[in-house]
Amino acid sequence: MKILVCITHVPDTTSKIAFVENNTQFDKSGVQFIIGPYDDYALARAVELKEQHGGSITVVNVGEVETEPIIRKALAIGADDAVRINAFPEDAFFVANQIAQVAKEGAYDLILMGRESIDFNGGQVHSMVGEMLGVPSVSPVMKLDIEGETAKIAREIEGGKEYMELALPFVAGCQEPIAEWKIPNMRGIMSARSKPLEVLEPTDNEVKTEVEVFELPNAKGAVKMFDADHVGELVDLLKNEAKVL
Amino acid sequence: MSALAFVEIDEGKVRKSSLEAVSYASEVESEVTAILFGQVEAGELDLIGAAGASKILHGADEQLAQPNIMAYASAIGEAINTTGASLLVLAKSSLGDPVSARVAIKTGASLVSNVSELPDTSDGFKVKRSIYTGKAFALTVVKGDRKILTLKKNAVSIKEDGDSAQVETFTPTLNDGDFGVKVTSQEKATGEVLLPEADIVVSGGRGLKGPENWGMIEDLAKALGAATGCSKPVSDMDWRPHHEHVGQTGVKVAPSLYVAVGISGAIQHLAGVNSSKNILVINKDPEAPFFKAADYGIAGDAFEIVPKLTEAIKAQKG
Repeated sequence: MKILVCITHVPDTTSKIAFVENNTQFDKSGVQFIIGPYDDYALARAVELKEQHGGSITVVNVGEVETEPIIRKALAIGADDAVRINAFPEDAFFVANQIAQVAKEGAYDLILMGRESIDFNGGQVHSMVGEMLGVPSVSPVMKLDIEGETAKIAREIEGGKEYMELALPFVAGCQEPIAEWKIPNMRGIMSARSKPLEVLEPTDNEVKTEVEVFELPNAKGAVKMFDADHVGELVDLLKNEAKVL
Repeated sequence: MSALAFVEIDEGKVRKSSLEAVSYASEVESEVTAILFGQVEAGELDLIGAAGASKILHGADEQLAQPNIMAYASAIGEAINTTGASLLVLAKSSLGDPVSARVAIKTGASLVSNVSELPDTSDGFKVKRSIYTGKAFALTVVKGDRKILTLKKNAVSIKEDGDSAQVETFTPTLNDGDFGVKVTSQEKATGEVLLPEADIVVSGGRGLKGPENWGMIEDLAKALGAATGCSKPVSDMDWRPHHEHVGQTGVKVAPSLYVAVGISGAIQHLAGVNSSKNILVINKDPEAPFFKAADYGIAGDAFEIVPKLTEAIKAQKG
């Protein structure tokens, strides 16, 4: 089974979000970049599926040279080879276009990625790639098993889960608890250094959206504190000030 | 110019978030057509007209009765072509998200997700969208003649003064290729307020000490007409199901009031709730970081405070 895993290069979930250049650029200073947490689940499940069914795992990232450390980490976790599309990921359409191109050429049985990137939270790329390839896309996937040519999937929906069956190939956007995150071991880290990482230029530069300026939310005012004996006063404020009752 | 709004039907009822999508569309374009599939209860269609749609395309085909991402995307793509709509608006959801992305590719439209406000059309078409899990916004230029927006909850208030909409049966072309995904079963909480839709959310954390203590959370939620949520550790320990997990890697909520009981306020939890209009935190530790993100706080024992609060709210509501 040939699996393609798409990973994003995103700030650690504890990062302070700030902008520079008149709020047109993300402030990278002091920020640790990681494999997108949802992508990390996708990669972990891919490694398990390869253990069960054999095959290979290719990792793809659309990003500039600064993303190579996380690509090497994905190779250390268990991917066999990697492709980096050498371009800033301008928007979801641009990224989906690059991935679809890689996917077409590699004829993968399964394309896995996170349900969304944790920077722009669009959650669009998996469905766009699915549509570009003319195959189904399913997200957010919490459980994924392969039996022959058929996949059994649990997908989270509002207030519950949906169980489905579909034939390979397809695209899945993954989330917990599809697999446990894997930590690379020393052997993995050593072997990752010599695994192939191919750098390709983008095939199509079309973008559909452009960020003009970033903004931070307004700061919260001071919290109004109460104790157990003054719950009634709080309820008055919820009704008359917050107007939520 | 006209707009199309996708309306989700849940057990015969129109989703409230979809009425926000209709209202949003009617604020942007004068002529709004709503599109929906499956069985819908009589009376529900009036809500769509009231929200601003002048026409409803009802895909009543039996094969479209159950949500089907690919078939809905094909049908909506077809509706965009036949109506000539320049804008499609959907609520962000487990159905709306994938449908919007597939329609974008089918129609060549530009898609923006998590839109939090009405567009600025003074110079082109720009929308504000929520990014970094609610920690920032991006004012985004949407290029091209066809646009698709998925809305974050509360992007706009629901209109209730529109006229009734004219209902038209819609019979899209069905493609066999769109029916390859077989939904075998669904597990769904019934009769409860859905978490992403809820106007008030009450969440519990590890401070509640065990799943057996969830009764008081449910009582408070009931008094408020709220949905219940939980922190990640609570769902990881299986005290509560995963679909109730609020946070960075769980459900992101944007209610009018978020009540956190016994949750310290880790940055990953805050990421899921920071779009709430008001936050009330109940925690025994007055130094809990969550108080810094809160509008209202009660420092003290949840087991004493929550029942008191529930009674006070019941009394207030009469």
